[in-house]
Order: sequence, then structure tokens, then C-alpha cells
Amino acid sequence: MPRRGQNRARMGKLGHWLVIVVFTVLLAFPFYWMLITIFKQTGDLYNTDNNPFTFNAAPTLDNLQVLFFETRFVRWLGNTALVGVLVVGITLVLALPAAYALARLTGQWGQRLGIGIFLTYLVPPTLLFIPLSRVVAELGLQDTIWSLVLVYPSFTVPFSIWLLMGFFKSIPKELEDAAMVDGLTRFGAFVKLVVPMSFSGILTVVIFTFTLVTQEFVYALTFISPEANQMLGVGVPTFLVRGDVYFWGSLMGACLIASVPIALVYNLFLDRFIAGFTVGAVK
Amino acid sequence: MAVKRRRSTGFGLGVAMFAPAALYILLLIALPFSLAFVYAFSDARIGSGGSHFVGLDNFRSILKSPSFLRALQNSFVFTISSQILVLIGSTTLALALKDKFRGRGFVRFLILLPWVAPISLGAIGWKWILDSIYSVINWILVAVHLAKPYDAPMWLGEPKLAMLSVILVHTWRILPFSTVIILAGLTAIPKDIPEAAAVDGAGFWRTLFEITLPMMRPILNVALLFGIIFTFTDMTVVYILTSGGPADKTQVLPSLAFFTGVQGSDLAAGAAISLFLVPLLVVVAYLMLRMAHRAEVV
Amino acid sequence: MAIVETRAVTKVFKEGTMGAVNNVDLVTHEGEFLVFLGPSGSGKTTLLRMIAGLEVPTSGDILIGGEVVTDLTPRERRIAMVFQSYALYPHLTVYKNIAFPLKAQGVPKDQHQKKVEWASGLLSIGHLLDRKPRELSGGERQRVALARAIVREPSVFLLDEPLSNLDAKLRASAREELESFHRRVGTTTIYVTHDQVEAMAMGDRIVVLHKGIVRQIGTPTEVYDDPADTFVATFLGSPPMNLLKNGEVIVGFRPEHLVPAGANGGAAIKLKLKIHNVEYLGSEWIVYGRPQGEGAPDQVVVSRLPTADHKIGEIHDFTVAEKHLRFFDKETEKRAPARALTWP
Repeated sequence: MPRRGQNRARMGKLGHWLVIVVFTVLLAFPFYWMLITIFKQTGDLYNTDNNPFTFNAAPTLDNLQVLFFETRFVRWLGNTALVGVLVVGITLVLALPAAYALARLTGQWGQRLGIGIFLTYLVPPTLLFIPLSRVVAELGLQDTIWSLVLVYPSFTVPFSIWLLMGFFKSIPKELEDAAMVDGLTRFGAFVKLVVPMSFSGILTVVIFTFTLVTQEFVYALTFISPEANQMLGVGVPTFLVRGDVYFWGSLMGACLIASVPIALVYNLFLDRFIAGFTVGAVK
Repeated sequence: MAVKRRRSTGFGLGVAMFAPAALYILLLIALPFSLAFVYAFSDARIGSGGSHFVGLDNFRSILKSPSFLRALQNSFVFTISSQILVLIGSTTLALALKDKFRGRGFVRFLILLPWVAPISLGAIGWKWILDSIYSVINWILVAVHLAKPYDAPMWLGEPKLAMLSVILVHTWRILPFSTVIILAGLTAIPKDIPEAAAVDGAGFWRTLFEITLPMMRPILNVALLFGIIFTFTDMTVVYILTSGGPADKTQVLPSLAFFTGVQGSDLAAGAAISLFLVPLLVVVAYLMLRMAHRAEVV
Repeated sequence: MAIVETRAVTKVFKEGTMGAVNNVDLVTHEGEFLVFLGPSGSGKTTLLRMIAGLEVPTSGDILIGGEVVTDLTPRERRIAMVFQSYALYPHLTVYKNIAFPLKAQGVPKDQHQKKVEWASGLLSIGHLLDRKPRELSGGERQRVALARAIVREPSVFLLDEPLSNLDAKLRASAREELESFHRRVGTTTIYVTHDQVEAMAMGDRIVVLHKGIVRQIGTPTEVYDDPADTFVATFLGSPPMNLLKNGEVIVGFRPEHLVPAGANGGAAIKLKLKIHNVEYLGSEWIVYGRPQGEGAPDQVVVSRLPTADHKIGEIHDFTVAEKHLRFFDKETEKRAPARALTWP
């Protein structure tokens, strides 16, 4: 018996798969390409006659070796990690109480201030970097990672406050009231009850802040010149180049190593991240 | 009486908890923001001592400069083109990802990579792919005889192609972000609405354009507005891919501000250039506030 | 107006498990109000959705108006459906909601207004045409959903528990509106519910479903007075029918037929009950008691009485007329012929 419905369903499924495959290839191809490039010998890489998709010479670990032992890559990883941890700490210290205050204590003002905070997120680093470069110089933090530790929270704190605010609002007020009836102060209830309960929200802020730190470019480029003190995002494209010669093999290695772990972690927290952006727009 | 005391300590505590963050933001956003205006109206340079008020001189001279006008135009062209592509692409992709299928988690991981990877590193990857000699795209084009060897497109060297490349890299980077947000909006639509449309007689396309997309308008707006901001205020892609070249043809406002202000040491001019970002940001902020207000009313 | 028929329709969601719907055969009468009644998980909604075309049967066929529609999309079946949540398009006005099916089916634009006005007039919502769904009350939304369904003049109406989202007070008046609507319009209607009161009040016939199998199809009188098995017997009627094991059979009688001794002339069985609990509901009394005597099962039976002065712990004589006894086979739980009782 002819099944009309089935043909239509089959076409739909084909279209569905086509869309997914095409987009996945377009979006992920550069990373696949990075992966191949890492293991190619220089002679193979710079030979336009060779099919770039195959290994015409044996795959090699030379590029990775150069990356790890002959460049400052490891140092940049360390700098970035250190800045990341410190900025996460500062962000939490500033954002947790502020978000709680906005979510609980200040009524209608809380709404307005919340929106005000969110608007500061819209002031981009590419607007502030010139004045900030002077501020940093005046404070004597020029060329050190401390300049970044000082400045980075300016873009991590607003969004974190926004994210945590939404999270705190979803914790019923009755729990804190019950704790206060039991003898805790407001602040005590915050520290002993609300913060532990918000573990997943805090974790989201931690992950998100850390990824923002690794992705930042303008401030690091502007404030820091010496190679040894530079961050990952700026060091790799800047110093893995000697004059006009790019060390593509090592460069691609750096890119991939810096990107994939972050992507893995990001994936786990995706839903919370979306919630932060869409609060209020999706009812 | 106890209640009265309680309420005022509550308020006091609120202020105390909010104050550190507020102070920090004031010092590190509001202050530099005002400083940007101060510099724009001065003749400050890196290295030189004092600075003097020069009125609108900086603005006059940059408005005469062809590379500034070029950068202003480019900022809008790149942003609008890439965001149109992003809107269409991410809506399509989100529709395809809506229903569960085997391997969806892995696909999601792959398509998120452009957004999650540090911007500069993704851009460097593209620089390699678009390299004037070793571009893998050119290799493929030559292999299928769509281009002649040694005459393949100079993706980053030829002005129009360079602009296209910048637009495409921006699109590539923002697409995952948009897709993920739109997907959230899609899954928020109750299941029986498209079913009701099917029973009412609507086919795939009618349901999509008359029911699904209109219902997602708030989410589409959010994705679009954020995408606009992320693209308009970004200097990294241009810096890495073309350094603004060839011959300043792909400069955008933020990258020009950087080259002028930091590399060129002309802080005042750099600040003035970057201030031209503000009008667009104000418009976007206004639109977002209006959306938030409407959402509250509903 | 059409007849809906299902032939051996089965739906299995997960291979190897029992189907949500198993081998259902039924035929509607033209213009009737047919109710699918059952607890959640009984398959009633799945069955409705297969008739609508929103689910594809694993096996079996669906026919509407004599035509096999099993492979057709919902669009091609000329049916209308009202969902539990009403599924009104939130971004469209009431007018546009009602006009949407006309637009989708290619009805010329100049006819839209007339038809929308006709449908909205039928449901007295003409004054709401410019509103958006979120501005409407629950009852108003139901009427808009009905208007949207009727505007295409479909051959069959399908309703999926449309009253369950309304609060109790509103439910009664909404139910009455649905009944009068059906009387006015006369379209064959299939109505899904888990509420047996709704089913009894509204249905011309009731299809009682349990675990995807049809237990009985009949008029309210038939399913209430002549249940086909113990499931139907206990599902309809509140409090449910009393079921007592008695030798090889299960004997059942409804609470309203368990009356104080002396109230029944004619053939009847006698029961001594020790009163266990008494509830006064205003309009009636619910009396719970344990049967006393040799061979009596250790169960509580329920009686509904207009007046009662029984006290807990007292022993009273009750009686059930023999014509009100129903017998069920102990193994199959299906209706069995009358037997001799081992007690009382």
C-alpha cells in the first residue's frame, strides 16, 4: 500500500541531515584543520604540490615539541591560569553579595539597579582600553599581569551579577525567613544557607568567568608588552611569528590545546549560560 | 518598633553588600568612560607629559580622514552583513537541532567550538586556512578546476575578498552563540501549538513563518542584539586576519582606534575614534530596555 | 458529519513493551458525542491523536467518512481538534486565531470575515475579536478554541480533556456550554476525559479504556448498570461499586443499592454490617461498614443514604435487591451469569 506520508518524511529527514552535516563541517572544519596541521612535517606543510589532506611525510611531534619547549607557550598557559583563578575569586567576592542584595533587599530599586548593571556590560573594552591604559600606567601596573587582574572583573562582574540575581530569585524567601527565625542574621543566612544552595549557579559563574578571561584580547594586547608576561590569547598570535614567518604547526597546536578543554567544560554548563542571556526575554 | 529597626538594617545591609561591586564598576567602567571623553577633547599622547583641551579638533580631523570614514562604513557593513547571515544560519541550524537524535550532544560540542575558542586563536586558524599561498580552500578550488594555480583568490590580500573574509569569520564565530539561544527559544514553544497548526491545515513553511518564528521574536531579538554588539565592538578578528589591511581597507572603528591610539601613540585621536561606538551602543541599550520592559508587562 | 472508524489500531512506542493502544475496534455513530474514558496511561489520548493524524499507528487502520486516512497528515483529514491547553496562537488576535485555519486551507480572503463572524457568533465571543489570548479568561479561551475548530465546518471534532485546566467552579458551566454547543452544531465529536462524571453527563456513548484495551463501549446507562468487567464497574460511579469475593465469583453492588433492611421488598440478600465510618456530605450520607457473620469477607463496603443515624461500632441490617447484584468471574474479572452465593 503506497505510504504517501513516508516519502514526505524521508525528504524531511534528508533535509534535516543535510543541514546538520553542512553546518557542522563549516563550523568545525578549522579545528579539524588545526589538528592535521599540528602533526605535519614542515616540508610536507609548505609544499603546494602535496595534497594537504593526507600525510605525505610521516606525522611528527616536532611542532608540539617546539611549542612546549622552545616557546613561552607553557608560561602563557600559566599566566592565563593564574589570572583566571584570581579574577574568578575577585568576581565572586564582588558579585555574590551584590547579586543577593539586588535579588532580595532592595525592592523596586533592585530592578532598576539590576538593569543598570546589565547596561554596563554593554560598554565594550574597545571603548575603555585607551583611558584604562593610562590608568594602568599611572598605577605602575604596566606590563604586568596585575593590570589584567585589576581590569578583567569589569566585564566579568556585571554579567555574573545578572546571572546570580536570576539564580537567587529562584530560591524561595521562606527558607531564609525560617533560618532567621532559628536565630541567624540576614548576612548569616546568606553565607550559611543561600551560598551553599547556589552551588550550581556559582559554578556557572566560575566557568563563564574563566572562559571570558581566556578569550580576552584587547586589554592584554594593550597593557602587556614583554613576551614572558603575556597571556595565551595574545602571546600565541604575536610571538609564534618571527618577522613574516608563521610557525603554523606550532601555532595550530597552541590553538587547539587552548580551545578544546574550554569547549568541553563549556558544553556542560551551556543551559545555565543561556539562562543568563535570556532572562526576561523567554517567558 | 522592632520591625522598624529590622527594615532599616535590612536596607543598610543591602547597600553594604552592593557597595563593593558598585564602587568597582564606578571606578573601572564609569571613570574610564568619562576619561575617554576627556582624552577625545584633548591632545594627549603616550609618553608626553601634560595634555591640553583642544575642543573639537580631534573630531574634525578624524572626520576628514578617509581611513576613518572607511572604518566607520566597514563597521556597519561587516556587522549588518554578518548578522543577517548569522540570523538565517542559526535559525536554520536551531530548527535542525530541535529534535533529539543520536549524536546530538557530540554535534553540539562541535558546533560550539567557534564561539568557545578564544577569538584570536580561531582567527589565527582562519588566517592559516586563508593563507595566500598555502590556503587549503584554494587547494580544493584548484583541484576541482574552479581556479587556476598561482592565480587562486587572495583571500586576505585583495580588498573585496578581505572584507568578505572578515565578514565570514565574524559569522562563523557568532553562529554557535545565536544558535544556542534560538534553540532555547524553540524548545520553549509548547508542543501543542505546532500540532494545532498542523490540524488547522498549515504545512511546514506556513507553520514556520506564521507561527514559530513570530512566537520566537523576543529570543531572536536577544540573539540579534547581542550578536550586533559582539561584532561591532570587536577588534580582534580584523587585527589578526588583516591588521586592517590591505591599505586600511578592512579597518573597523575599534581596530582603527587601537592602531591610532596605542601603536600610533595618539591617545586623543584613538579615544575620539572609539567614541563613535557609543551611538550604536545607546540604540542597542534602548532596544534591550524596551524589550525587558515589555517582558515585565506581560 | 462523518463516521470515524478504527480497525485493529495498535500503537507500540517501545519495541518489546505492551502497546499504548492495543487492537482497538470502534465505529462512531453519525453526529454522536462519543467519550473516550479511562485513567491516565489508558491510551485514550494516544488513540485520539492517531485519529487526528498526530501519531501514526503501528498497525491497523483509521477511517473517516468511509475513507482510509491512516497515512494522511492531519491537514488532509478535515478534522478539528481542541487541545487540553487550547493551543491558541499567543501572538495572534482572537480574530486571526479563528481565521488561521481558513488561511491555511486556502479559503479566499473575502470569505474570512463572514466565517469568523459566524463562528464567533455561535460562541458569543464577537466582542473579543481584537483581544490577544493572554487577555482572556479560561472559559473565554475555550470558546475561542471551539470557534477556531468550527470555522472550517469539519466533519469530526476531537477534544482532548478541554475542561481539565479549568478550576472546579468554572468546569460545570463550561461543560454545559460544550453540551449545548454540540446540540446546536451536531458534528460527530470524540471527547477524551479521565473524569467519569463528565463522561456520564456528556456522552451519548462511552468507550471505557484501560491499558490500551477497550473494556466496554456503551451508553452511560449500559456502562453504569451493566459493566462488562470489574474495571468498568469500579471506574464508573463514585464511590465505586462494592466488590466482594464470593466462592468462584466476585459479586458487586452499587453503594446506592445497599440500603437498610426493610426498604426492599422482593428478592434480596441480607447483610449485617458493623459500622466503620460515617460521612455526612450535606446532600447524602456515606456509610462504611464491615460485613458480619460466617464466611463474610474482611472488607469494608460502602452505602449511600439520603438519611442515616448510624453510629460507629453499631451493627445494622442492610439489604441488596437481587436484581442489583452483578457477578464477575474471579479469574477473568469479566461479567458472568448469576450464581448461588456462598454467603450470607
